[in-house]
Amino acid sequence: MATQHSRSAARLMMAPAVVLLLGWMLVPLTMTLYFSFKKYLPMRGDSLANGLDWVGFANYARFVTSSSFWPSVYATLVIVGGVLVITLILGIFLALLLDQPMWGQGVVRILVIAPFFAMPTVSALVWKNMFMDPVNGFFAHVWRGVGAEPIEWLSQASLPSLILIVSWQWLPFATLILLTAFQSLDQEQLEAAEMDGARWPQRFVFIVLPHLSRAITVVLLIQTIFLLSIFAEIFVTTQGSFGTKTLTYLIYQRVLESQNVGLGSAGGVYAIILANIVAIFLMRIVGKNLDA
Amino acid sequence: MARAVTARQKTINSIAAWAVGLLIFFPILWIIVMSFKTEGDAIKAPLEVLTAPWTLENYGVVQERSDYSRHFVNSVILAFGSTLLGLLIAVPAAWAMAFVPSKRTKDILLWMLSTKMLPAVGVLYPIYLLFIQLGLLDSRAGLVVVLMLINLPIIVWMLYTYFKEIPGEILEAARMDGATLHEEILYVLTPMAIPGMASTVLLNVILAWNEAFWTLNLTAAKAAPLTAFIASYSSPEGLFYAKLSAASTMAIAPILIMGWFSQKQLVRGLTFGAVK
Repeated sequence: MATQHSRSAARLMMAPAVVLLLGWMLVPLTMTLYFSFKKYLPMRGDSLANGLDWVGFANYARFVTSSSFWPSVYATLVIVGGVLVITLILGIFLALLLDQPMWGQGVVRILVIAPFFAMPTVSALVWKNMFMDPVNGFFAHVWRGVGAEPIEWLSQASLPSLILIVSWQWLPFATLILLTAFQSLDQEQLEAAEMDGARWPQRFVFIVLPHLSRAITVVLLIQTIFLLSIFAEIFVTTQGSFGTKTLTYLIYQRVLESQNVGLGSAGGVYAIILANIVAIFLMRIVGKNLDA
Repeated sequence: MARAVTARQKTINSIAAWAVGLLIFFPILWIIVMSFKTEGDAIKAPLEVLTAPWTLENYGVVQERSDYSRHFVNSVILAFGSTLLGLLIAVPAAWAMAFVPSKRTKDILLWMLSTKMLPAVGVLYPIYLLFIQLGLLDSRAGLVVVLMLINLPIIVWMLYTYFKEIPGEILEAARMDGATLHEEILYVLTPMAIPGMASTVLLNVILAWNEAFWTLNLTAAKAAPLTAFIASYSSPEGLFYAKLSAASTMAIAPILIMGWFSQKQLVRGLTFGAVK
C-alpha cells in the first residue's frame, strides 16, 4: 500500500529524530571512549588543544584496582538488590490489595502512587532532614518517645537508609505495573481452580505468579537500569560518604570533583557496558511484544 | 471482578488499603503539614507539631527571599520547552513509523529505546565539555536540548503506539476522497491523535520536571530549575524545616496533580508497551 513517494516522505520525516539520537549517542560516546585511553587532568594543565598522552588501558586497570572500586561495586549491588527485593515483594502485595473491591479505590491508588511524582531531590531531602535527622527528625522523636537513643540513620545505617528512600520512590512504579498485570488476569480460570479445590496459596503460585512473570521481569529490568544510575538521592544525602559511593557516584567524583577525566571515562565505559547487558534482556522482551 | 463480595470483606479490604496508602503517602503529608507551621514549631515532636498554630508565612518567605519564582519559571521552561521541542521532532517520525512501516521500523524503534539506557554518568564529561565550548553551561537553551534528547525515545515510542491504534482505513478513505498528505495530517490524523499526544506531553513534562542528573550538573545560578533549588537546601546553613517544606510542597504540587491524570500513561510510557 505504501508508494515509493510515501516511502521517501516517511524517511524524510524520521530523519530529524534518527539523526539527533544518533548524534546524541555517538558523539559523547566516542569522546568518552577517546578520553578513557588518555591521561587527561584538566586541573594540571592537560587540555585537548595541547594534545593528550596516550596511556593504553592504564585507566581501565587503575579504575578497577583503586581502593574505592570494590566498595562501590558492593554499595551498588546492595542498593540495587535491596530496592529490587523490597519493591517487588511489597509491590505484589500492594497490587493484590489495590485490586480488591473497596471504598475510595481511586483515592487510595493516588496516595500509593504519589511518591513517584515527587522529584528525587525533594524525596531525598525530606527523608534526610525531616525523618532521619538524629536531633529533630521524625524518627528521632519517635525513638526518644519510647525511651530509645535516636539513630544517626545516614551515617550509622547509611545503606539501609538509602534503600528505604529509593524503595519509597520506586514502590509506586512496581505496584502500578503489577496492578496493570493483575487486571488482565483471567478471573474464570481462578474460579475454576477454586472449584476444583485449589486453595489460595496454590492458586497464587500456579496461576497468579506465572501470569505475573512477564510484568515482574519488566519491573526488574527497568528498575535495574534506572537504579544503576541513581544520583540525586546520594548527592543530596551522604555525598558518597559512609559507604554509599555507588559506581555512578564514583565515576561522577572522578570526572567532576577530582577532574581525572581519563580515569572517570574508563569507569564510564564500564558503566555503559554493564547497563547494556541489562538493556539487551529488556529489549528482547519489548521487541517480542512489538508487532511492527 | 464479577465475584460477589460481602460487605465485611470489603470493609476489611478498605481499612487495610487505606492504612497502607496513608503510610506510603505520609512523608508527603508531613511536609505539607510542616509547611504551614512556624520554624520553631516545625522541629518539635510530631504531636506538638500537629497541635501548633497554622500559618502561611513560609510560603510568603520562600517566594520573596530565595528566588523561588525564578527557579519555578526555569522548571516550567525546561519541562514544557523540552517536551514541545521533542513533540515537534517525534510526531513526524512516529507518524511515518506507524503508517508507512518498513522492514527496519522495529529495529529503529528498539534502537531509539536503547539510547535511553545509556547511563548518563558515562557521558557526563563529554557533554560538560561541549557545553563549555558552546557557551551553554548554565543556560536554559542547552538544558532544553539535553532534556529533549533524553526523553525523545519515550515520546517517539508513546506516539507510535497511539498512532498505531488509529485505523489505517480511515486514512486511506481520506486519501481516496482526494485529501493531500497535508490535509490528511491536519484534518484526519490530528483530531484522532490529540488524546494520545496529550498523554505523551503529560508524562514527559513530569519526567523532565523531575530530572535530577543533568539539571544538577549543568546549571549554576541562572538556569537552575527547582530540582537544583531544593538540593541547595541540603547545605547545613539552609536547614529550615518549615521553609524547606513550603518550597518542597510548591515544587511537587503541580506534578502530583498532573501525575494523577497520567497513571495509565505512566505504565505505557515507562514499560515501552511491554506490560498491558
